[in-house]
Amino acid sequence: MTLLKLLEENNMSKVILETKNINKYFYDPVKFKVLSDINMSINEGEFVSIVGKSGCGKSTLLYILSTMDTDYEGELAINGVGLTSKTDADLAIVRNEHIGFVFQFHYLLSEYNVLKNVMLPGIKLAKHSMQEIEHKAMEQLRKLDMADQALKSPNQLSGGQKQRVAIARALINDPLIIMGDEPTGNLDKKNSDMVFDIFNALVKERNQALLIVTHDPDFAARTHRTVEMADGKIIS
Amino acid sequence: MNSRLIIDIAVNLIRARLKQSIVAAVGVTFGIAMFVTLLGFMNGLNNLLDGLMLNRTPHVRLYNEVKPSPDQPVLISKDYKNNTNFIQSIKPKDRGREIFNSKAIIEILKQDKRVIDVAPKVTAPVFFNAGSIEIAGVVNGIDVPAEEHLFKVSDYIIEGNVFDLNNENNTIIIGIGLAEKMLVKIGDVIKITTIKGGLVSLKVVGISQIGIAEIDNTMSYTSLRTAQMLLGESASYITDIQVKLTDVLMAPEVAKEYQAKFKTDVIDAQTANSQFETGSSVRSIISYAVGITLLIVAGFGIYNILNMMIYEKMDSIAILKATGFSGNDVKWIFISLSLIIGIVGGLFGLLFGFGLSQIIDAIPFETSSLPTIKTYPIDYKYTYYVIGFTFAVCTTTIAGLFPALKASKIDPVEIIRGK
Repeated sequence: MTLLKLLEENNMSKVILETKNINKYFYDPVKFKVLSDINMSINEGEFVSIVGKSGCGKSTLLYILSTMDTDYEGELAINGVGLTSKTDADLAIVRNEHIGFVFQFHYLLSEYNVLKNVMLPGIKLAKHSMQEIEHKAMEQLRKLDMADQALKSPNQLSGGQKQRVAIARALINDPLIIMGDEPTGNLDKKNSDMVFDIFNALVKERNQALLIVTHDPDFAARTHRTVEMADGKIIS
Repeated sequence: MNSRLIIDIAVNLIRARLKQSIVAAVGVTFGIAMFVTLLGFMNGLNNLLDGLMLNRTPHVRLYNEVKPSPDQPVLISKDYKNNTNFIQSIKPKDRGREIFNSKAIIEILKQDKRVIDVAPKVTAPVFFNAGSIEIAGVVNGIDVPAEEHLFKVSDYIIEGNVFDLNNENNTIIIGIGLAEKMLVKIGDVIKITTIKGGLVSLKVVGISQIGIAEIDNTMSYTSLRTAQMLLGESASYITDIQVKLTDVLMAPEVAKEYQAKFKTDVIDAQTANSQFETGSSVRSIISYAVGITLLIVAGFGIYNILNMMIYEKMDSIAILKATGFSGNDVKWIFISLSLIIGIVGGLFGLLFGFGLSQIIDAIPFETSSLPTIKTYPIDYKYTYYVIGFTFAVCTTTIAGLFPALKASKIDPVEIIRGK
C-alpha cells in the first residue's frame, strides 16, 4: 500500500522538460542528420546524465534543450510551456528565470568581482531588490564554501573555485532545471567529486532537476538516470 | 533597472579597456574641438568682412538714378500705338539727383515700425586741389548724429572727431589716402573744385580710414549743410535717404514697397552686396565640411575599437546570452558603450574647442586696413556647439551600431562549444 502510494506520488511529480520528435540537421558541408526523433522528459527532482561517444549529438541536444539553439524540428516545452516558436527575447527570459548553466569553462566576467558575477542574472531578472539579490548571492557562495572569496576577482581563483562560482551563478534565480555541459571536464578527481556532491544536494534539498552531459562514467553511474546516445538517437 | 544594468555593464567594459576607450574618446574630442574652433573662427572672419561692408551700407537706400525715361513721347502717342517703334540714341533725362519732397519721405519712414533710423545724405563728386593737380573724389554730406547712430562712422575716424563737422562750418574729414597724397593734417585748409566750377576752401578736422584703399583715396565727409553749400543748393537738397531696418532680411521686400510708394529708385543691401553673401556661404560650407570630416574619422576610430572589444569579449557576450540577456540587450550594451565614449569625448571637445577659440581670440591681429580689429575675430555662437555635440553623438552612435548589431547576432552555442 505504502509502496503504491509512493509510486503514485512519483508519477504525479511535475514534468519540467519535455521534447517531442526533435530532429536536427547540419548543412555544412553536406546535409547531415545529427539528431533524430528525440523524445524525452525530465521531472523535478531528477538527476539525469547524458552519455555517449564524441560526436553522437549529446551536446547538440543539450543546447537545443537550453533554448540557445533554435534551429531544429519538433517540439520543446519547459514547465509546460511550448518554446518552439518563441522570439529571441522571450527565450532569453526563459533562460534567465528557469534555466541555470554550468559549462566546462567557467565563463566568469573578469570585469566584475565574484559576488557581482553571481548576482548578474539576478539583477537581470529584476524580481528582487539589489539587497535581496546580494544576500541570496552571498548565501549561495556560503553554501559552496566560497563566501570568503566574494570580493576577489575571478582571475585570482583556482579552477575548482571558479567552477563553484559558476554554479552559484547558475543557482541565483532558483531555476527549475540546471544544465551542465561537462561541468567536471576540466577538474581533478577531488574537485569533480565536490561538484557532484553539490549537484546531488540540490536535487535532494531543493527538488531542482539536473541534466548533465558528461564523459565521466563514474559521474554518470551515480546519477538517477543515464541517457545513452549514439548516432543522434537515444539508445537507452 | 534593466537599462541601469546595461549601462553598468557598458561602463565596466570601458573600465576594462580604459586606454583604448580614452584613445577613442580623444578622437571625438579632437574632432569636436576642431569643428567648434574652425566654425567660430571662420564665421568670426565672415562677420568681420560682412560687417566691413554691410554695417556701412544702408539696408535700404532711396536715390535717383540717372537713366532714360521709360515713357518716350512716341509710345504715348495714339497714332503709333499699334506700331512697333524703334527709338535709337535715347539720352537720359535730367531729373536732377535730388529726391523730391525728401523731408516728407523722411518723416513717413521714421514712423515705419520696421525702421530703426533714417539718415539723409548728399553726395557730390568734386576735385581736390593739390597744387596744380586735381584729384577726383567724393564729398559725403552727412547728418552726423544719424550717421553715427546707424553706421558708427566714428569707428573709422582715426584722427579728429566726427562731431567737429557740426561744430564748425566749412569743415571736412578726408580719407587717409587723400590726406597722404595732399600731405595735409588736421587744421590745414584744402581747396575743392565742384563740378560746376566753384572753388571752396574747407578746413580739415579729421582723417578717416575704412580699410578699402579705393574708398580711402577718394572719400571725404562734411556736414549736410556744407555739402549743400558746396553744390549751391538749398537746405532741402538730399540725394540719398539711407534706412536701417530691424531685420536686414526684410530689405528686398521693403525696398519694393518704397519704390512703389515714393517713386524713387530703391536698392536693398542684398542686391548691393550679393558678392559678399556668396563668399560667406562658401567659407561656411568649407568649415562645415572639414569639421564633419574630422568627426567621421573619429567615428571610424570608435568603430575599430568596438570591433576589437567585441572579439575580445566574445566569451562574456556568450555567457550574458546564456544567462538571459537577449540579442537586443547585448546590442544596447555596445551602443551605450559608444554613446558614453561619444558624450564624454564630445563634452571635452566643446571645452577644448572653447579654450582654443579663446586662445585664437587673444592672438594679436593688427592690420592697417582694419583699424577697429586688434585680435583675430571669433564667433562664439552657441549653435556651433549644439551642432558639434549633436553630430558627435550621431557619429558615435552610428559607429557603434554596426559592431553592436554584430555582437547581438553572436551565437553563444558556437562560442561555448568552440572551447
